Amino acid sequence: MLFKLGSLLMKPGAKMALLAFAIVFPFLADNEYQVYVMASAFVWAIAVYGLNIITGYCGQLNLAHGGFFAIGAYTLGLLTADAGWSFWPAFVAALVMTAVLGFFVGIVSLRLKEHYFAIFTLCVGFIIYLLIDKWEELTHGPIGVRDIAAPSGFGLVDFTETTPFYYLVLAFLVFSIWFMGRLSRSLLGRTFIAIRNGDELAQSLGINLMRNKVLAFVLSTTYAGLAGALYAGMVRFIGPEEANINHTFDMITYLLVGGIGTLTGPLLGTVGIVWITQSLQFLEEYRMIIFGPLLVILVIFFPRGITGQFLTWMHHKAQSLAPGKKRRESKVQTASAREAENNA
Amino acid sequence: MNLFFQQIINGLTLGSIYGLVALGLTLVYGILHIPNFAHGALYMVGAFMSYFFMTDLGVHYWVAMAGSAAVVAVLAILCERLVFHPLRNSPPIHDKIAAIGILLFLEAVVQMFWGSDFRRLSSPFTGIMNFDGLIIPEQRLLIIVGAFVLVIALQLFLRKTMTGATIIAMAQSREGAFLVGIDANRVAMMTFAISGVLAAVAASLYAPINLVYPAMGHLVIMKAFVIIILGGMGSIPGAIAGGMIIGFAEAFGGFYISTAYKDIIAFGLLVLILSVRPQGLFAKGAH
Repeated sequence: MLFKLGSLLMKPGAKMALLAFAIVFPFLADNEYQVYVMASAFVWAIAVYGLNIITGYCGQLNLAHGGFFAIGAYTLGLLTADAGWSFWPAFVAALVMTAVLGFFVGIVSLRLKEHYFAIFTLCVGFIIYLLIDKWEELTHGPIGVRDIAAPSGFGLVDFTETTPFYYLVLAFLVFSIWFMGRLSRSLLGRTFIAIRNGDELAQSLGINLMRNKVLAFVLSTTYAGLAGALYAGMVRFIGPEEANINHTFDMITYLLVGGIGTLTGPLLGTVGIVWITQSLQFLEEYRMIIFGPLLVILVIFFPRGITGQFLTWMHHKAQSLAPGKKRRESKVQTASAREAENNA
Repeated sequence: MNLFFQQIINGLTLGSIYGLVALGLTLVYGILHIPNFAHGALYMVGAFMSYFFMTDLGVHYWVAMAGSAAVVAVLAILCERLVFHPLRNSPPIHDKIAAIGILLFLEAVVQMFWGSDFRRLSSPFTGIMNFDGLIIPEQRLLIIVGAFVLVIALQLFLRKTMTGATIIAMAQSREGAFLVGIDANRVAMMTFAISGVLAAVAASLYAPINLVYPAMGHLVIMKAFVIIILGGMGSIPGAIAGGMIIGFAEAFGGFYISTAYKDIIAFGLLVLILSVRPQGLFAKGAH
């Protein structure tokens, strides 16, 4: 029975069902606040997908991810509130900004390996935070940026309303996941995985390490910038706290719970934890008492998270079945085996 | 002249604290090759333990410092046993994430008990010493002398005792240490305990001229990481020299360039140095 449920989730139909649920969600929700929470979960999920590219697929722990999220948010915020741009040009500018900065940070930081890279990006994240906090002439410092423009709907929709904005975020999320799916199955995605599984081996196969790592980094920062810009358009008020290192740690938790280096992991982890945190409001301040040990337990016992664990379990289940069963199941096996291998 | 001298004292004070924290970090890295992101949390717990012993139990400053060092040493050993030991064969990214988990947990626990308010630890050494017009606050002198004594004691322990030698041996060659029958678990626990003691003492020394709050470890740990990268990861003299470089850069940069941006100086320095020399200033060969 459980196995049938499992193979169901592997089918493309399951994705359609998830999408259908997301589309009807605003009608099922009890109040507008729930729609708002779901929209913010989607925004974070987009950022976590970005983190998944560089950390999950490419194997480099980037601790500046929250910083790039904040850069996206601030670029949009400052351009619309101070420079008087309208939303969409500023939105594009935010993406370009995070991509360009990501490129420059990438070419410096990716010369470093493993621990050095993690520590370096930790420092980069902190520099971003300090600059936002101290550079008052540009960023207004601790006061933050107010009156950020909402996305203009060209007279058709009003994105200051929660529900239209929810659909806007959902559209970007679907695009992000679709792009991720294409990426993870492409030669480029496999190149990233090869780099994660062994720098030197990948290099000896003729993979240009620097070029591919920088590409992965720029993609991930652009995702962060996209999420940051959407976030700024949603809350319309941002402060230096957006760059706080804790946001990066939150995103690592989402990624790890969902399943690092998997396609559905970031979505499951983010939406799941955001809702758990929401339903346990009193935990808001102390949630780390649970999340901290949870991170430790996950990396010790379930390093692949929910999705990874599920795929491994499917793989074993499929293997234990006698050969010559229905064709559909053997297809499931190869698909899950492949993904389980990728996660090794 | 006097102002310049003040900056030297400031630089020495900061350098001593950073050096002590970086020493613990570099020792752990040398033995276990773990960048212990939780080290800053140990530092913070050290300060809170001293605060707790002094204000709630009313013991003397020195007793509080010793008690705090003992508590943090036990905590560090627990981290090693419960978290890093089970992860010894995992990919390095797991150690880092687990360390972040410990950091988040310790901060949340401290915040639950003491809240996020800023607190002040009072020290019995509030006087000011006057050497012919050159003024040194007693607490700063204590920090400099205390750090100096600790570093000498650590050096003696590592060089002159058998147990200390096992730590050095492990750092030099893991396989070689196993061959001559060194117990890896014991060395790992001892190294974590020493790093915890160094962090707790550094925090207790520095807390009276700074503030005590749950996020106090963030900046210090990041600077300690900058220091051990500058000094070469795992190198003891490198950690001390790096600590002094950052301490002086901050004291003079903060005074002569900009107070608001003094915290960026260390990180800017790191970015600059790593851009030119990815293996750090003093490290030999590739990492």
